[in-house]
Amino acid sequence: MSFSFVREQMVEPAPAPVNTAGPIAWARRNLFATPSDSLLTILAIVLLVWAIPPIYGFVMPNFLGGDAVPPGGTVEQCRVETAGACWAYISARMTFFIYGFYPAEEYWRPNLVFALGTLLIIPLAIPRVPFKRTNAILFFVVYPVVCFYLLNGGVLGMPSVPTEQWGGLLVTLIISLVGIICSIPIGILLALGRQSKLPIIKTLCIMFIELWRAVPLITVLFMASVMLPLFMPQGTTVDKLLRALVGVTLFSSAYLAEVVRGGLQALPRGQYEAASSLGLSYWKSMWFIILPQALKHVIPGIVNSFIALFKDTSLVSIVGIFDLLNTVQAASSDIDWSSPTQAITGYLFAGMVFWVFCFAMSRYSIWMERRLDTGHKG
Amino acid sequence: MAVQDNIAGPPRTAFYNDPVIRGIIYQLVVAGLVIAFLTWIILNTAQNLAAQNKSTGFGFLFETSGFGISFTLIPFDRSSYYWQAFVVGLLNTLLVAVIGIIFATMLGFVLGVARLSSNWLIARCATVYVEVIRNIPLLLQLFFWYFAVLKAMPAVRESFELPLSIFVNQRGIIVPRPLPDFEIFWVAVTAVLALVAAIAMVVWATRVRTKTGHYPAVVSRASRIAGLIVTFGVGYLAISLLGTVVPALSLGPVFPLIGALVLAGISLSPYGRYGRVFIGFAIGWAVANFLLGGMFAGLGEGIIVLGAALVALGIAWTMLSADRRSAATEGKLPLALPVLIVIALPALVYWVTGASLAFEIPVLERFNFAGGLQLVPEMVALVLGLTIYTAAFIAENVRSGIQAVSKGQTEAASSLGLREGDRLRLVVVPQAMRVIIPPLTSQYLNLTKNSSLGAAIGYPELVNVFMGTTLNQTGKAIEVIAITMLVYLTLSLTTSAFMNWYNARVALVER
Repeated sequence: MSFSFVREQMVEPAPAPVNTAGPIAWARRNLFATPSDSLLTILAIVLLVWAIPPIYGFVMPNFLGGDAVPPGGTVEQCRVETAGACWAYISARMTFFIYGFYPAEEYWRPNLVFALGTLLIIPLAIPRVPFKRTNAILFFVVYPVVCFYLLNGGVLGMPSVPTEQWGGLLVTLIISLVGIICSIPIGILLALGRQSKLPIIKTLCIMFIELWRAVPLITVLFMASVMLPLFMPQGTTVDKLLRALVGVTLFSSAYLAEVVRGGLQALPRGQYEAASSLGLSYWKSMWFIILPQALKHVIPGIVNSFIALFKDTSLVSIVGIFDLLNTVQAASSDIDWSSPTQAITGYLFAGMVFWVFCFAMSRYSIWMERRLDTGHKG
Repeated sequence: MAVQDNIAGPPRTAFYNDPVIRGIIYQLVVAGLVIAFLTWIILNTAQNLAAQNKSTGFGFLFETSGFGISFTLIPFDRSSYYWQAFVVGLLNTLLVAVIGIIFATMLGFVLGVARLSSNWLIARCATVYVEVIRNIPLLLQLFFWYFAVLKAMPAVRESFELPLSIFVNQRGIIVPRPLPDFEIFWVAVTAVLALVAAIAMVVWATRVRTKTGHYPAVVSRASRIAGLIVTFGVGYLAISLLGTVVPALSLGPVFPLIGALVLAGISLSPYGRYGRVFIGFAIGWAVANFLLGGMFAGLGEGIIVLGAALVALGIAWTMLSADRRSAATEGKLPLALPVLIVIALPALVYWVTGASLAFEIPVLERFNFAGGLQLVPEMVALVLGLTIYTAAFIAENVRSGIQAVSKGQTEAASSLGLREGDRLRLVVVPQAMRVIIPPLTSQYLNLTKNSSLGAAIGYPELVNVFMGTTLNQTGKAIEVIAITMLVYLTLSLTTSAFMNWYNARVALVER
């Protein structure tokens, strides 16, 4: 008896599977999976073959097969027609890029500032290290004051160095650090105000936040540098760096307020209600219950806005402050080192410095985000 | 268990402990402080202004400016008023913003999709781009493009010459200037109408098909004829281009004509796709040959022709396999008919009205180019910088938007029997767009705000013309800064109004 639905012949043997391990299988899967994939791979390879060798040759010194002049070279080597990047120029002007016009015999002061900052920020950034509260107070409150007196001088027999002489990477770091340190408390207050039930306070906070978020930083800096002297009582002079700091702080506090608001809104209502049911006052419930949780959640957001602020500090060069970018820009017209690749080398150097800082911070923020993502979101 | 019953009365608290009254007191205190602070500022400002003998008011807007602007969209000279300078700056800002937004959107979407590509190399390249560009300040990038790239271009006499009479030198990019006559206006009108008509036709045909299962008979018949014509045209182009790669094939105008006729004939036969593949191969070969020749000028011609042939083979293979995969299902409405409508109608009007679109070709004279349209390097650098920088951010928005659509949606679409393209078009992209558009609008706003950095490289946009030159000349700091900030505030509030409206419209209706 035969059923029509039962096969009578064996199924054709399937071809042996292609190997699924090893580099060839990997390439087949990831580079040549389909014809269009292969086409894209070929095009990308063509593009890379076209673009990478000239860039490599430009950036790398000759002992690595490139045309660049390594640190220690002379300006004549840089002026050769075929020369690549002039790293000799960067190393020769390095102190200018780091300290600006800071007097050379006082370099130990900025160096001490850098060292102290590194010592304080590393344990702060590693979650496992204890004494977070002391550490945070030291970094956010004590450190800026110490830095100011250390850099400005005039006390303990240190000669005074006016802010006009500060410059380079030092100023870039100062502006971004002061900007973020001052704007965290202001931002928290603004965020709380925006969440408040009191209409006047809420309106004022919203107006403040939206105004600064709506305008470009460059207009804020212009405003700070032109209008701040007008706002002060007659006779007061406002330091140029201070004006920029005020502008940057106003600007970044508005952005930070929105970041903190995100954290406040992410907390479940139960936390607010629990705090009230314990009979805590508004400020106590904020300080002990709400903010510790909300701020922990927004650490990645704060780091991200710090990255944005760090990049934005380059704008202060437009109002005439010698930050890293402005020192590079100013040095590019240095006749002693004039060569065809002088400007481009300077920009490459500044770009690398900014990139290293920002990329490291963004990796840290991503890492923190993963760590904090404990899976039970509001 | 006695229940205390003496708690019914109102709690007796001091009036300053009543939360409502407390709230009012707090607010009054804050409002009073703010008002006091503002009054203090205003009084100080008035004193300072009086001490500097400065007046306030917006009368300066109607005074003669006395300066020139290097790049204007509307007529402007030294005798123009300050408000005209304001308009010039605003228009320049908007011009750069619009161009930047268009390019950044295209580049950003390509990069965002590329980051998610299953092709390892493509995904890696896109990641490197995004990570490098996002972490370098925009101002530095602008300086790089302006001072290190565009200003380092050769002098006028040694300009780079690109195809189509485009010249690149220190003074920017010089392109042919179109000289339209009056009849071109009608051609343009026809082009717009043809585009509308083509879209309407496609929409109508699709609707009929959704209802009845078939395209309307008129459309199918017209499509077939249009397909024939387009195949003939493209085939002619392909064979002519082939002549540029293989000189032996350029046998005068007759050969491409015959070849195109043959290709059109093939397209009617069951072997139509081989004709299409051949056309793809020919055009791909010619284009790749041209591009590779430009990129690797050092290599021998034979190697380049060979490499280009390899690329073209890749294209042909891709087309062949794509064709094979979609052969089993009923085709979509062929693109030929709408394409023909959009191209042929304006061409017909162009021919009938005798319109002529001449181009003024830039010619190198003793010191500079005569004729042509000069794109100033400031603008080129600003557009380039804004596009490249913003595209990296848009790419991230696009990537996260696509990733936000859960895998279940794709699987559900597959289980309904939708093919890859339809899955993306009908299921994934509409849902991803809901996530992408809000951050995208804020990227557009960021780009517009960032265009103010043009001031640093001398592009005459709003901040440069108004907050820079006008402020310096008139000294009206408060008025000028207020107006400028108001412009950006308006742009920003308009954008966020749009965003709120869009969010409300597309928000998921939850139970």
